[in-house]
Amino acid sequence: MSGFIVIHKDDNVLTALDSLQPSLDLLITTGHENQEIVTKELIPFGHKCAIRDITKGDKVIKYGEIIGIATEDIHPGEHVHVHNLRSIRGTIKEEPQ
Amino acid sequence: MKDNFWGYLRPNDKVGVRNHIAIIPSVSCAAATASKIAYQVASACAIMNNTGCDEIDIDLNQTRRTLIGFGKNPNVAAILVVGLGCEVLSPVSLAEEIEKEGKPVECLIIQEEGGTVRTVQKGVTIAQQMATEASRINKRSFDPSHLIVGTQCGGSDATSGLAANPALGVASDILVGHGAVSILAETPEWIGAEHWLTRHAMTKEVADRINSVVTRYEKRLKAFGEDFIGKQPSPGNMEGGLSTIEEKSLGCVAKGGNSTIRGVLEYGAQPRGKGLFVMDTPGNDIESNTALIAAGCQILCFTTGRGTPVGAPITPVIKITGNPFTYEKMKNDIDFNAGTIVQQKESIQDVAGRIFAEILEVASGKLTKAEILGHHEFSINRIGPSY
Repeated sequence: MSGFIVIHKDDNVLTALDSLQPSLDLLITTGHENQEIVTKELIPFGHKCAIRDITKGDKVIKYGEIIGIATEDIHPGEHVHVHNLRSIRGTIKEEPQ
Repeated sequence: MKDNFWGYLRPNDKVGVRNHIAIIPSVSCAAATASKIAYQVASACAIMNNTGCDEIDIDLNQTRRTLIGFGKNPNVAAILVVGLGCEVLSPVSLAEEIEKEGKPVECLIIQEEGGTVRTVQKGVTIAQQMATEASRINKRSFDPSHLIVGTQCGGSDATSGLAANPALGVASDILVGHGAVSILAETPEWIGAEHWLTRHAMTKEVADRINSVVTRYEKRLKAFGEDFIGKQPSPGNMEGGLSTIEEKSLGCVAKGGNSTIRGVLEYGAQPRGKGLFVMDTPGNDIESNTALIAAGCQILCFTTGRGTPVGAPITPVIKITGNPFTYEKMKNDIDFNAGTIVQQKESIQDVAGRIFAEILEVASGKLTKAEILGHHEFSINRIGPSY
């Protein structure tokens, strides 16, 4: 097994199917083009890792769908989770009066 | 027939997969007395009702609908309602409504019988007679179109959306293809995935109803100044790799497969017709399971990445994990390992076929882990304050 999965071709994150150690070379073949990334930190089983540059304010895409907004710049190989990814729908915004 | 199962024919052509005597307390004050009766009678099952009095109307109606639904569920052969006597939700009216189903129903009122001991004594005798009569019903072979299966997830992690839920979704499609009913629940876990649900809606009315149920849910949260941040996903979901409600929801709705959504059900309401339905329930596992059983589900399929021991009264809960580590760790609680998908040993389609086979086997009488361990978790959702 490859130890990770990119669910949809438009995704900018992968999901670890194993605990991915830092400095691991990963070949991403399911995106728009083949690319190599290196894990910058430990990506625990089931957690997400950026496979593209994600700029602060960009949408984070998994399942080909929006799962939230990046709260800081995220580089390929970095862990994507609650420290740098914020829900859009989770904050119920006040309606204008 | 290859895909048939062995069940119990009830009035109104419904089919049960279990043959329980349900001891239903109309109010929380009668719950312990109901349990004492059930302890004495092998096939009896008491529900731990947490409601039934001092509720605002919206809650009282929901409680009434849920308790009646438990009595009418085809897994129940006969019903004993146990009331206190002074509660708002009349035990006699509950018994009368359940009786319309054509099954044997009795009712005892603790204040009239003269307390716990006398009620238990009389209740055991009644339940024992009911158990004798129920045991005389022979099992017959039925096709899967007689099944109503609820799909639920709890203690989710990243494997839920990758493995267990998509496999259960395909199994749900197989059931629907056989003319059965499948019900997807958990309104908060539609948030961020409404476009997926509305795309599968049979009509514009169904799509509008899905959106309005989500809006109503959000308004209720907002009225208390609450939102999802830090609560949904839960701390355990986050440890399992889920970061936002959108991510959790997109995994959750995969349990619905690719079938057309025929209608939107209120909490605990029974579906009319066949196919896939969605039900407005909270994400809370026990409250959602309870609503699905009230809707008439004879079987629940419950996916859990983190692992949970929960079961339910009267209805078997098949617990499925997409996490191979959780399966190894909690084998005593988990019935089904879908972790082979993330290990890339088995396809989603193959696992779905095994889930469908497991549903039929459990329908025919195979006990789930939660049934064997005696898990009867029950809780009716509350919307408003108590008086």
